[in-house]
Amino acid sequence: MMGLVLPVTTLWWREVVRFGRQRSRVVGAVAQPLVFWLLLGGGLSASFRPPGAPPGTGYLEYFYPGIIALVLLFTAIFATIATVEDRRTGFLQGVLVAPVGPWGIVLGQALGGTTLAVLQGGLFLLLAPALGLAVSPASVAAVLGVMVLVAFGLTGLGLAIAWRMDSTQGFHAIMNLILFPMWLLSGAFFPASGLPAWLEWAMRVNPMTYGVAALRHTLYLEVPVAAGAVPPLGPSLAVMGAFAVLAYLAAVRAAGRKAS
Amino acid sequence: MRAATASVAAEVEDLRRRYGAREALAGVSFRVARGEIFGLLGPNGSGKTTLFKILATLLPATGGRVRLLGLDPAREARAIRRRLGVVFQHPGLDPKLTVLENLRHHGHLFGMRGRALAGRALALLGGLGLDDRAHERVETLSGGLARRVELAKALLPRPELLVLDEPSTGLDPGARRGFVAHLDRLRREDGVTVLLTTHLLEEAERCDRVGILDQGRLVALDTPGALKERVGGDVVVVHARDPEALRAGMRNKLGREPALVDGLLRLEHPRAPELVREVMEAFEDEVIAVSFGKPTIEDVFIRLTGRRLREGGPA
Repeated sequence: MMGLVLPVTTLWWREVVRFGRQRSRVVGAVAQPLVFWLLLGGGLSASFRPPGAPPGTGYLEYFYPGIIALVLLFTAIFATIATVEDRRTGFLQGVLVAPVGPWGIVLGQALGGTTLAVLQGGLFLLLAPALGLAVSPASVAAVLGVMVLVAFGLTGLGLAIAWRMDSTQGFHAIMNLILFPMWLLSGAFFPASGLPAWLEWAMRVNPMTYGVAALRHTLYLEVPVAAGAVPPLGPSLAVMGAFAVLAYLAAVRAAGRKAS
Repeated sequence: MRAATASVAAEVEDLRRRYGAREALAGVSFRVARGEIFGLLGPNGSGKTTLFKILATLLPATGGRVRLLGLDPAREARAIRRRLGVVFQHPGLDPKLTVLENLRHHGHLFGMRGRALAGRALALLGGLGLDDRAHERVETLSGGLARRVELAKALLPRPELLVLDEPSTGLDPGARRGFVAHLDRLRREDGVTVLLTTHLLEEAERCDRVGILDQGRLVALDTPGALKERVGGDVVVVHARDPEALRAGMRNKLGREPALVDGLLRLEHPRAPELVREVMEAFEDEVIAVSFGKPTIEDVFIRLTGRRLREGGPA
């Protein structure tokens, strides 16, 4: 086990350093969700009343945890694209012939992606006071913890996809058919109540729903009622934990196939 | 038995690899001795790359036996990888990291760290003439320099066996000679065994032994000199206006059987100038050009397969 620490650390370090050296990635991962939030949040705020939340909760505020989830998703997507590229250019071949094994390789990559996601999600958290959200230090710590869990799961899912793909060509389809709908149907964008039954079910089986719920609960740690009508915190954390483990295992399996 | 295993760096026996219905390797056997520079020569599609991947522990065989450093890659891949260096045809460096960062990253994967790692990395870069490039990002390096960094990376954990796929692809002739000379020095000074695939004649000529692969089979295996002796003397190549007609003419008038390869007639003869005179006297009007010379490994390949090593390439 000790033998894994150094390889995992160096793989993690590379993901982080690389990211910092690619300006466009830094800008894209933060600016895109910010623009989404302001345009969609602003545009829908006139017609939207979040159910179950106390009066006065506007759409910008409802949408805020959802946008944090989107930041995490975008970072996971970037990590996925980077992995496909690393495989295409041959960098990961060089890693595969090292005595590390898929457990360590995927763990390093997933921790790298998680770190980047939490750093960017954390930047968004700085906007909370601007919304009039009084987040306590305990709440900030809890939100960051949830972010780590959600980001690790999403990065794991992205890696499980990336290790199976040989080019970024097919990735847009996967992004639009799987990853983006996962976010749309998570309660990030609109709540589950009052939806047609099939959509409500889709939201219930979507692991992201529980990630967003956990984000809402921890953001409103002091005023639980403000979290609105979402699944409770305990089960949400359990679902996200299970999702993270399963996504990691799927990615290890996919990577293991490439190393014969 | 033990002594025999210790002196063999790599061994394959009746090695097979299928992709669905296609058999990329149809029973290949050879042994590479420790400290040897062993070349696998073959055209695209000969099974060379498949064989490389199996030797690099990245692809399982579907039949036969493989032993790398006495170990079985199907069961002991990690133990082999600790002692194996691999250089891929495509650059495996991260362009956004510096030369030294790339090396450090690779060293960490092998459990190397700290001063020992930095010292080894800098010594290797020095030996390859890259000392002043250590802190440059790989994306700013030329192809030849990046190739050398690639070699340094593979050598970092002091591998006993170095496996390279078309190592001088993209290098100019000068850089290519330097690269091969470096491999030779590694073998002499550190006893590293070198196993490389190539489609370049000059690279194959510098190996101790060369295996010629064609359509998934090893059609010849010997030293470059012995391979060339299989060709009877000099090689004469005739570019004719109508190759088929001239071929028939040579058969009838001179009693010779030239091979027709890629539209050129080829003959082997102990003394080429005599044959050239003979051909020119009999068929002066038919001939556009004649060339002759000592046999190359390509001539061996043509003799064995009836095809050129690289179709459409220079003769």
